[in-house]
Amino acid sequence: MTQLEDVVRLPAPRRVALGWAFFERQTNLWKRYWAWEVVWVVYGVVNTLAITFIAKEASHGGLIRPGEVSRLTLFLLIGTLTWAYLSAVLDDMSLVITWERWEGTIEHTFMTPVSRTIHLIGMSVFGVVHATIRTAVIMACALPFFDINFSHVNWTEVVAVIAIGSVSLVGLGILTGILPMLYPERGVQMSFMVQALVLLVSGVYYGIDVLPGWLQAASHLSPATFMLNGVRAAMLNGAGFGSEGRTLLILAIFGLVMVPSSLVVFAAAERWAKKTGRLKRQG
Amino acid sequence: MNSAIRRPSEVPDDQVPLDVRNVTKRFRRRGRGQSQPGPGGRRRTYHTAVHSVSFRMRPQEIYGVIGANGSGKSSLIRILSTLIIPDEGDVLIFGRDALRSPASVRPLLNRVSADPSFFRAMSALENLLFYGRAYGIAGPLVRRRSLDLLTRLGLEHEAKEPMTELSRGQQQKVAVARAFLTGPRLMLLDEPTTGLDPRSKRTVQSFISDVRRDGVAILLTTHDMEEADQLCDRLAFLAGGRIVAEGTSEELRAHVAGSTTRNADDVDMEDVFMAFTGRSIEEDEEEPESREELQNDTA
Repeated sequence: MTQLEDVVRLPAPRRVALGWAFFERQTNLWKRYWAWEVVWVVYGVVNTLAITFIAKEASHGGLIRPGEVSRLTLFLLIGTLTWAYLSAVLDDMSLVITWERWEGTIEHTFMTPVSRTIHLIGMSVFGVVHATIRTAVIMACALPFFDINFSHVNWTEVVAVIAIGSVSLVGLGILTGILPMLYPERGVQMSFMVQALVLLVSGVYYGIDVLPGWLQAASHLSPATFMLNGVRAAMLNGAGFGSEGRTLLILAIFGLVMVPSSLVVFAAAERWAKKTGRLKRQG
Repeated sequence: MNSAIRRPSEVPDDQVPLDVRNVTKRFRRRGRGQSQPGPGGRRRTYHTAVHSVSFRMRPQEIYGVIGANGSGKSSLIRILSTLIIPDEGDVLIFGRDALRSPASVRPLLNRVSADPSFFRAMSALENLLFYGRAYGIAGPLVRRRSLDLLTRLGLEHEAKEPMTELSRGQQQKVAVARAFLTGPRLMLLDEPTTGLDPRSKRTVQSFISDVRRDGVAILLTTHDMEEADQLCDRLAFLAGGRIVAEGTSEELRAHVAGSTTRNADDVDMEDVFMAFTGRSIEEDEEEPESREELQNDTA
C-alpha cells in the first residue's frame, strides 16, 4: 500500500489532527523565535520600499510620464509583495529537513507514525498561513509611503490566483526541501539557488517579455510567472475570471502535477537517505 | 554466536516483541574497508556496520546489547527504528514486517537515544505535545500524560521551561518521558544514561524497571556493564557488527568460568566481554563513535 493510500484510508478528522501536530509545532516555534520574525518583516519592508521607490525615481528622472508613476509603483509593489509571499512559503518548506537536522530531531519525527504526506501538508498549511500574515504586515507597513489607487482592483480574482497558485508553490517548496536531505552539506544553499532562479525567470520586477528568448521559455516552467501575471492583471487592469480563466487553469494544472509528483520524489529521496544513512547526517 | 548459549523459548510470532533475522548493513566509505563491486561494476569500498545479526526477544523482556563505540549498536537501533534500511535480512515487530511495512510498526515502538534531541526553544510540554499528537493522541490526553510522566521523573516544575534552560540530565528525562508518552509495546533505549550524573542515572534506570512491569519489552544498548547486568534479562555482545555471544548474565559468566579455572561468581561482565571479543571495552571505545557517519561520501 502506498503512503497516499494510507492517508486516504484514515478518517478525515484523524488526518486533520495529525497535520495539526505540525502546524501547532511550527506555531510554537514561530512564537519562541519571534525576534527572527521581526528581522524578516523589517527586511521585507525595507526591500519593498527600496524597490518600489524606483518608480518615483523614474518619474523624477523623466524616464516615465507623471501619469504612469502610480501604475509602475503598483507594478513593483505587486512584485515585491508577491516575492515576499513566495519566498516565505519556499523558505518554510525548505526548512522541513534543515530545521529538524539543526535541532537533531529528524529521527524522532521520522519515527512517528504520521505519513509523510500528512507531515508535508501540515507544514505547507503553516507555510501558507505564515507567509500570508508576514506579507500582509509588510504591505500594511509599506502602503503609507505611496499614493496608490486600489479602486479598480478585482480582489476576488487576486485571492483566487494566490489561493490556487499557492498549491503549486507548495509543490515547488517540497521539491526544494528535498535538497537538504540529498545533500546535507550544500542542500540549503542549493534550495536558495532554486529560489534565485525562480526570481530571475518569473518576472518579479519586470515583465518576462524583456528576457532573452531562452529565459522566456524557461519562465513558463515557473508557476510564479503565472501567479504574478494573474495578480497583476487583477490589480492593474481589474481583470476577472472571464479574462484570466486561462491563468487560473494553468496554475491549477501546475498544482495538480507538482504536489503529487513532489510527494513521490520526496518519498524516493527519503528511502535513498535511509539506505545510505544520510538521514541523521549533519551538514 | 556462541553455541553454549540457550535459545529463547518459542512463542507465537505476533507476541514476539522483536525478531531480527540475519540483518546486514553495509555503508560506502572512504579509506579502509572491503572493496566490492558496486552499481555499474565499479569497485567501491564498504564497511559492514551490522553483520548477519539475529536474535529474538521474549515478551516483556529487557534485552541488552553490549558493545563498544563503533560496534554497530547505533546502526542496529536505527534499523529497528525504521530509520535505516538494511541490505539483507528481516525485522519483525510483534509479527509485523518492519522493513516492508514500517508504518505498521511505528505505533508500537519508540526510542530514547544518548542525545536527547528536542526543539530547544520550545518547552518540555510543547515538545511532548507535538510528539504525542503525532502519534494520534488527543491534545488534552497528551497534556495529562505528559504532566504525569514529568512528575514521575521529578520534572513537574520544569514542564513549561524552554529545553535550553534544562540540564543535560533533565533533558534526558524529558526524552524518556517522550518515549513512554505514546504507550509503546517495544522500547528501544540507545545508551539512555550516557553522560548522566549518578542521581539522574538512577532515576532513569529505576523508571525503566518500573515500565517493564507495565508490560513493555525493552531493547537496551549500552557499554555500561554494570547497568546491563543490573537491568537486563538477557544480553548479547556486539563486536565488529556481529553478535558474538548471547544469554543471561549467569549463563555468560558460567561459560567464561568453564573455559578457565575460575569460579563463575568471580567473573564479572568486563571479563565476559574480554573473553568473547578478545578486547576490553575501553580498548574498543578508542574506535570512532559512529563509523557509519564517517562512511558516506560527501554530497
